[in-house]
Amino acid sequence: MFSARSRITAQSSTTNGGTTSTFNTDSFGLRYPHRLNFYSVPPKEDITIEDFEIWAIDRLRVLGEIESSFVRNRSMDEMKRVTQAQCKKYLPLNANSAVAVDRDAERRKDHVSHFVLRLAFCRSEELRYRFIKTEMMLFKLRYDEHADELNAFVSSLGLGFNSVGSDELKQYEAELRAASIAPLHTDIGKETFYKVRWTKVPDLIERRKVFLHNGMAYVHSSDQSSMVFQAFQANLEKQLEQTAKALPRLDEDNRILPILENLSQGFIAGVPSEYASADETGDGVTADMIDEMARKHWPLCMRNLHDTLRKERHLKHYGRLQYGLFLKVIGLSIEEAIVFWRKAFGNITDDKFSKEYKYNIRHSYGLEGRRHNYPAKSCQMILTTNQPGVSESHGCPYRHFSPDNLEAALLSTYGSQGFTRNDLPEIMSDVKSSHYHVACTRVFEITHGIKKGEGIGGGESVTHPNQYTARSRELEKASSGDGMVVD
Amino acid sequence: MTNTNNDAMQVEDDASSPEVMRIFYQRIYPFKSIFTWLNHEHQPSKLFKYREFAFTLPGDVYLRYNSFLNPEDMKKQVIKLNPSRFEVGAVYSGMPKDKKTLRPGMFQPTLRELVFDIDMTDYDSIRTCCSGKGICKRCWGFIAAAVEVLDQALRTQFGWKHLLWVYSGRRGIHLWISDEEAMMLTDEQRKAVMGWLEVIKGGKEQVKKVNVRTWKTFASNTARAPQPTSGETDEKKPPSAEGGRGALHPALLAALDSLKANFQELILDDQDCFASEDGWKVLLELIPDKTIRSALQEAWASDSDKSSSDKWIDFKREVKLHLKNAPHKKATLTAAMEDIILQYTYPRLDAEVSKHRNHLLKAPFCVHPSTGRVCVPIDPSKVHDFDPETVPTVGQLLRELNEVTDPENQHHSDWEKTSLKPYVDMLDKHAANLIAERLIVKKEEGKSNYSW
Repeated sequence: MFSARSRITAQSSTTNGGTTSTFNTDSFGLRYPHRLNFYSVPPKEDITIEDFEIWAIDRLRVLGEIESSFVRNRSMDEMKRVTQAQCKKYLPLNANSAVAVDRDAERRKDHVSHFVLRLAFCRSEELRYRFIKTEMMLFKLRYDEHADELNAFVSSLGLGFNSVGSDELKQYEAELRAASIAPLHTDIGKETFYKVRWTKVPDLIERRKVFLHNGMAYVHSSDQSSMVFQAFQANLEKQLEQTAKALPRLDEDNRILPILENLSQGFIAGVPSEYASADETGDGVTADMIDEMARKHWPLCMRNLHDTLRKERHLKHYGRLQYGLFLKVIGLSIEEAIVFWRKAFGNITDDKFSKEYKYNIRHSYGLEGRRHNYPAKSCQMILTTNQPGVSESHGCPYRHFSPDNLEAALLSTYGSQGFTRNDLPEIMSDVKSSHYHVACTRVFEITHGIKKGEGIGGGESVTHPNQYTARSRELEKASSGDGMVVD
Repeated sequence: MTNTNNDAMQVEDDASSPEVMRIFYQRIYPFKSIFTWLNHEHQPSKLFKYREFAFTLPGDVYLRYNSFLNPEDMKKQVIKLNPSRFEVGAVYSGMPKDKKTLRPGMFQPTLRELVFDIDMTDYDSIRTCCSGKGICKRCWGFIAAAVEVLDQALRTQFGWKHLLWVYSGRRGIHLWISDEEAMMLTDEQRKAVMGWLEVIKGGKEQVKKVNVRTWKTFASNTARAPQPTSGETDEKKPPSAEGGRGALHPALLAALDSLKANFQELILDDQDCFASEDGWKVLLELIPDKTIRSALQEAWASDSDKSSSDKWIDFKREVKLHLKNAPHKKATLTAAMEDIILQYTYPRLDAEVSKHRNHLLKAPFCVHPSTGRVCVPIDPSKVHDFDPETVPTVGQLLRELNEVTDPENQHHSDWEKTSLKPYVDMLDKHAANLIAERLIVKKEEGKSNYSW
């Protein structure tokens, strides 16, 4: 697009090549001398397939949180808080001064995971756009921290900003002073301004923060970050397109592509946590408790399965699978599960139940056949695998219901928990833009009387039905606990 | 129907009649000129072939994603479908008419003139002569003031040269910028331009709509001083620091210079905006000082015939009086006065139109269905003299054609025989500049990567 862009990549290749010799002067002796990374040079050393996947998933969690912050209209401060919490957990990046930490390992993980996700997200226009948008935000959020190390980082990029000569400064002195937010030095010659095409600093233009003449923006050195961000974005855009072109020629041994495929789906539903076995809160759930728990704690997908089961006294295969594994993780023991399903299937004989269903239930608990302890299905699995056919009730109602039915279901299911007709437009617009987990999270907030944006705690979105339920039960416990204190 | 010669109403005057429109497209509409303007060269390029056109057909049928191979093809299709009007959209990465056969990711808007739309309805709260759909020579003053400011800002600040101003046919004006850089802007950059230009913000319920001052901070620990809002008492204002407070951005200072003259003529003399009680009460609310406010309130409530101009003089006199006792308020009160001028005269833009590449805008030389007037280009240096009521209507043009006594010799440039000629000439001249520039770029091809 803009001809100047190519220069940026060419000059910035000195950033992080892993060439140790160049940076020996660095007092910390780090392979990655800077906390931040412009990701101009791909990592070249070997990496295990496990790290490849796990690191990428960790980064995806952070990016997923940023993306859902966009969708949920979080303020910049909120987004910062939420993202920093996620970063600390999954992708820590300490300053040079944090001597006690293996900073090189952190930075390597940051470096590698970025490039793995590039491979996963370069493949369509939409994925590229979303990746750039979230990576850009991550870079910005990190940029603000540890300002003392920034200058060294920025100058290492060699972006070649042209500073304005003193004659020109004098010529536009009045305008430069009037356009500047901060007071300038009485001798304008002592200030540094950069002159760039305004299209490179759209955010400064939008907030009317620069002097603009003949298409050139005069950017004060304190606003240099805008130019760095723009260069970061331009760099990433360009390289993603190159990656997309190179990907089909990748000499691949069938281990990486499935991982990439899976990763690129991560954006659809966020990254789920693994819910494989009963969570600790689920102590002693029995079959006869399910009805009440369903009413209070189940997300819409499970409510729908439960209600269908009660109404039709039967569920089809995938419905049983989705609901059965969910119940297992809630804490329903195998004995209770058999009781629950036996009672639920009112129209069949004991003999038929034992033959046709009992085996499957025991199988899903890891007691038959492969003896695999199957995890409960995450939102991502529910959204993207085994789409429900006619007369099947599994899947995600936000995605698989028609708008009219979804509205009716929401009102009848959650009406008693404070969900009103007025909440519908917001939910339906999330659904329309395919942000199903956002819709679900918002319903959680409404039905649990939680402030918008809080999500299921700390601003996290729903990525797993069991996570939804666990949080709902925690909330109930907390409030009943408070009640006792008051007594 | 706003037509003035009702008694002489003829078939030609009915712009909603399909027959009238068909003759208009067959004999008058300057397809060739429109083509050259959009295409930037004589040979049809992607700029034209990949361009979206949308038709509005009678009965509210809206046909999107039409595209044409050349001006002849366009004329043929337009006559066949006979739309009541049509709009111009973006240049896409493929031919819009083939949209259905392209993979979804392969059909993206790539290039597009940067467009602006100013509509008289946004001025309803301040104009006193007409309201709603009406427009007269007097309201045009608002548009003229807006054009003056925008034209100057876009040329000197953004450095663009190819600006085409077009009367919208009823009560507004459009601007199309065809510079290479403007065509290539991303949606994000378009949004940035709007952020730069927009000054009048806030809905019906917000009296003070101008909040553009940067409050400079002198204490290093306070990051951001609060913005002043209307009705706020002086005590709540950020602490005064001489010379540093509330400076206007240089871009707005430039606008203010040209708006000051307009304010006197348009707001005070012509529109007399502060004559009515509702009018001057708004003015009072914009004054950030209680003493001045109550003094003026008293004076104006008892004298209902006082003109706006006199009221403005009253206001200035009260400010002077007040400053004798409280000279430190000078910056605040000057700022308030400037903000009032901006609020009444600064361009009110329909921002959504400009922010997205794929937005459609009515093509020049279309006929406005309810007024019958043709959307003609306007010379921004003569915008103050422009009178929307003298713009040719489709009926007038067809009558002019009938008077031409050579029915045998009908061809596509029949507009030359009508009063539309100066307007088409204006577009042709504009397009010629674009072609000239395109030639230079083409010569430098290889150096530049500006390729369609």
